[in-house]
Amino acid sequence: MHSTTVLLIEVGALLFALGMLGRLGRRFGLSPIPLYLLAGLAFGHGGLIPLSASEEFIEIGAEIGVILLLVMLGLEYSAGELVSNLRAAAPAGLIDALLNALPGAGFALLLGWEWQAALVLAGITWVSSSGVIAKVLGDLGRLGNRETPVILSVLVIEDLAMAFYLPLVTAVLAGVGLVGGVKALAVAVVTVVAVLVVAIRYGHTISRFISVQDPEALLLSVLGLTLFVAGVAAELKVSAAVGAFLVGIALSGPVAHHATQLLEPLRDLFAAVFFVFFGLSTNPADMPPVLVPAFGLAVLTMLTKVLTGYLAARRAGIALPGRLRAGLGLLPRGEFSVVIAGLAVASGVEPRLAPLATAYVLITVVSGPMLARLPDYPWFKNFIRRWTAVKRGPAQPLPAGD
Amino acid sequence: MTVRVRVEQTPLPGIGVRHDLVTSSGRTVGVVSHRNGRRDLVLYDVDDPDACLASIPLTDDEAEALADVLGASLMLGQLAGLRQQAAGLLTEQIALPAGSPFVGRKLGDTRARTRTSASIVAVLRDREVIPSPGPPFVFEANDVVVAVGTRSGLDGITAILAGDTDG
Repeated sequence: MHSTTVLLIEVGALLFALGMLGRLGRRFGLSPIPLYLLAGLAFGHGGLIPLSASEEFIEIGAEIGVILLLVMLGLEYSAGELVSNLRAAAPAGLIDALLNALPGAGFALLLGWEWQAALVLAGITWVSSSGVIAKVLGDLGRLGNRETPVILSVLVIEDLAMAFYLPLVTAVLAGVGLVGGVKALAVAVVTVVAVLVVAIRYGHTISRFISVQDPEALLLSVLGLTLFVAGVAAELKVSAAVGAFLVGIALSGPVAHHATQLLEPLRDLFAAVFFVFFGLSTNPADMPPVLVPAFGLAVLTMLTKVLTGYLAARRAGIALPGRLRAGLGLLPRGEFSVVIAGLAVASGVEPRLAPLATAYVLITVVSGPMLARLPDYPWFKNFIRRWTAVKRGPAQPLPAGD
Repeated sequence: MTVRVRVEQTPLPGIGVRHDLVTSSGRTVGVVSHRNGRRDLVLYDVDDPDACLASIPLTDDEAEALADVLGASLMLGQLAGLRQQAAGLLTEQIALPAGSPFVGRKLGDTRARTRTSASIVAVLRDREVIPSPGPPFVFEANDVVVAVGTRSGLDGITAILAGDTDG
């Protein structure tokens, strides 16, 4: 058979299988991300069904998938929103970074990994999945809740922080050392600030340059611009993903709105390919030895996330039940953790990192949305009510006043 | 209108914006406006004021209908508040007397506006408000008419509805 024919058959069968899996997942209220990862594990190296002809195609598709994930994330936020949010919620973001990145880094060092791998694992445990969490909040009807803005601003700060973290990691993994990493970070800071300033001042001019009238032209121009900037960013060693994110931020108004609608199906397609690719590059035989460490890391960093949400919500004046909802809502790690781990896999820094990251994301992304439901159960509410009553108990016989 | 209500606006990055207000009865209601045009009416829990008890998605038409209903009853309240404000212009609720000749007849038949220069701006029926009834509107027993006009105009409408004048 001609190799193109095999490619068609393989990609077709793969996408169809993913579609069926996604449908199955929806029935159980499960995010498709873990299913795609598992599908990737099942195929490819050491898997049940080897993919021969389509691996290169899937690799390029995965690269585009990361870029589309990031540009869509950027399109969701406007530059002004990012800046005002940063002002209001910076302390929450800092708590989040410290409480969740440090355990990851410490855990890696404890396993005897190099510092580069520790930096990568720090990122993997730090960033919650904004996609999965936004979906869970919507499904549970919590978008109107008072703790929801707290959750969202933590996510926004994490996403923005990635614009600095990804270039740092990319540079460090390229073997330039810490000095080179800091240089890349400096470049990223200057670029991001410049893009934010330009987007706030001239966002409308940029967006006016791209016409909304013709959907086809809009799709091609936004996609072209994104891929181009991502490519240039990668060439400058600032990470393609960050380039795409910045394009998303720079576009605003009706262009951003329409581009989101047009790119969404493309994003769904290529993001699925991306998750499968990450699963493909992990050999299932490497998984069992890392399961226990991954579980330990997941429990540890889910507890720190709960604490993060609790503290951030307390800062915003939210009562105890809301604080727990915020904490339990932040648990799932997803697309970003896989993106970060993908960088590490490409550089070949630590062989155990990819299987550990896969297991870690699988555990958090499956258990996170389930745990997020906890505060809605009556027994949980009763427990909280009794607990607050007990805590308040001794405080009651205070002087009754004069 | 004496006390202005404070509506709080909270941005929801990536989703849209939330507006909410606390009513004088202590309940909180809000609207989540999504960027894609969807909006949810949210009602907050009394026990846990941070959580919404219900989140009701409204289509464009439903939101408009709800706004209309609230707006119409609000307008009547304001009209009633106009009492004594505009020089000589009054608002009055006039119950249709049991023996009124206009039960089952059209509003146009009263020729109230022509004869008294007072206007019938709404009719209250079974606790419902029917705003700005037109001439083809048919009266029923127990209707209450809301009319705006001068003192003599309103007295004129009262008399017409009671059948005290010859039509």
